[in-house]
Amino acid sequence: MLRDEDRIFTNLYGQHDWRLAGARARGDWDGTKALIAKGRDWIVDEVKKSGLRGRGGAGFPTGLKWSFMPKQSDRPCYLVVNADESEPGTCKDRDIIRNDPHKLIEGCLLAGVGMGAQAAFIYIRGEFYNEALRLQAAIDEAYAAGLIGKNACGSGYDFEIILHRGAGAYICGEETALLESLEGRKGQPRLKPPFPAAVGLYGCPSTVNNVETIAVAPTILRRGAAWFAGIGRPKNEGTKVFCISGHINAPCNVEEAMGIPLRELIERHAGGVRGGWDNLLAVIPGGSSVPVIPKSVCDTVLMDFDALRDVKSGLGTAAVIVMDKSTDIVKAIARLSKFYKHESCGQCTPCREGTGWMWRVMERMVKGEAEVAEIDMLLDVSYEIEGHTICALGDAAAWPIQGLIRHFRPEMEARIRQYREAAARRAA
Amino acid sequence: MSGETNETPVLQPESFAFTPENLAKAKAHIAKYPPGRQASAVLPLLDLAQRQCGNWLPRAAMDVVAEMLEMAPIRVYEVATFYSMFNLRPVGRHYFQICTTTPCWLRGSDEVVAACRKKLGIEIGETTADGQFTLTEVECLGACVNAPIIQVNDDFYEDLDGPATEALIDELARGEVPPPGSVIKRQGSAPVTGPTTLHGVKLAGDPNAA
Repeated sequence: MLRDEDRIFTNLYGQHDWRLAGARARGDWDGTKALIAKGRDWIVDEVKKSGLRGRGGAGFPTGLKWSFMPKQSDRPCYLVVNADESEPGTCKDRDIIRNDPHKLIEGCLLAGVGMGAQAAFIYIRGEFYNEALRLQAAIDEAYAAGLIGKNACGSGYDFEIILHRGAGAYICGEETALLESLEGRKGQPRLKPPFPAAVGLYGCPSTVNNVETIAVAPTILRRGAAWFAGIGRPKNEGTKVFCISGHINAPCNVEEAMGIPLRELIERHAGGVRGGWDNLLAVIPGGSSVPVIPKSVCDTVLMDFDALRDVKSGLGTAAVIVMDKSTDIVKAIARLSKFYKHESCGQCTPCREGTGWMWRVMERMVKGEAEVAEIDMLLDVSYEIEGHTICALGDAAAWPIQGLIRHFRPEMEARIRQYREAAARRAA
Repeated sequence: MSGETNETPVLQPESFAFTPENLAKAKAHIAKYPPGRQASAVLPLLDLAQRQCGNWLPRAAMDVVAEMLEMAPIRVYEVATFYSMFNLRPVGRHYFQICTTTPCWLRGSDEVVAACRKKLGIEIGETTADGQFTLTEVECLGACVNAPIIQVNDDFYEDLDGPATEALIDELARGEVPPPGSVIKRQGSAPVTGPTTLHGVKLAGDPNAA
């Protein structure tokens, strides 16, 4: 188990003062000027050595991403922080924003120096109204204390932070849709290339990072890459905020070491599965987009990028959705299909039409009102959507259904049989 | 994307103007973005307009925002219809957004929805005759470890069940505003049984440190 001394988010539950004074007491903004003085290359190199991978779902190496920003640019460069947290199951960034906002703000400055950005735009989902008020108050505090703005922390570096509220659209968590939205348009993803590091916000070099990715950066730089890299497994280093929801006795967010066994995570922190471990049916281990895994896999799987990839699922946002044996698993996944249908931006035909089609078939599968052959047809259609759209929403809509069919096909077939038998009885 | 449709036509006001206070706020929003990039302020300005109009966005307000930002009106309508938080028809004073996505559903959002329907006598998408309550079903609100959740206007009410939902409606109907957050008084997202971590964190000079 991760030691408390190694936890980054020491105010995760809001037990302490979120304001600047409280943040300083927890070690934030300590020696920031000296870290800036070590320079851009040092910051990027240190983050590379720490092994930090993006915490928004894709897990791309953060230091490498920062290094894609141009060394010299005649246009402004921007850091864009993705605080559009909307992946079902995920509620970690909300806690960082409301309880540890200064970690995010200091992270913006240091990441900004690392990538040569003059400003950070933080795009927060519109529903997080109270969280946005608090973050703005913390940003105002940081300006007033000279920590950001002109000559930030007395370093000679000028850095602005602008908070921008969204207005309700899951798709804006996709980085180029987020940029479109920030520019005042519908949140419809852009074709890549060009990638944001070349042509991003307002056509300028930009890097989009998740809240947690940015908020852990100051602690990594202060304590050293070796400390962070010493936690977890190779290529899966560091700590991670897990969100544990669903059928457990004590749902919670908790910061743990990457690679913690799923069972230990649930039993140590979330009060265990309702009715005991043997009452577990399945877990969606990384937010709604990743394929479900059955209990047999949950028994031993470790919670990191590579271990979950190896069982054909993913760490995603580390949002663990637990389902006990009382769960109608087909209905649980069908509800996610409805989610993706609702959130498809409508730009690409396979996603716009396919998410609706899959949802309608899934609704019939819930009742068993289908042909057994339609299970394979559903699977086929999911593969036609996956990889055939501009952004990953099509993939995200396909994967939960693929996971369901991979592990629960007998359940789906049994339901179809039962429906037929009931219909035959009614006809008799 | 906005999904709520209702067949009854909306009585649109003929004109809209920001109050002086909101106009100042609107200008402050526009100033946050680089010169020539004023369209970035479309979401904040539509939000301001919606707040001024009692939580819905008339066509006239979109037109004013379009003019202020030098945008074609159609571009503003596109935005207003794309994002789910803009209400294109009037809603009740207490605007209920009930999350029913899987994490909330697993924790009993069906009971929360049933409690609302029973207590208010209306269906999802409808407003009570007295104009006090509107019910909507929304996708994930992002507070899943405190499920199930209802967002009432700007505030989240968390860890609900049927009876707690009915009690919430009673309080709002009496004109009270219950404190937002967990209705079972959990500390944020900590386990209901108390934190399993962060016992040994030493904090120098933290005024709130226990």
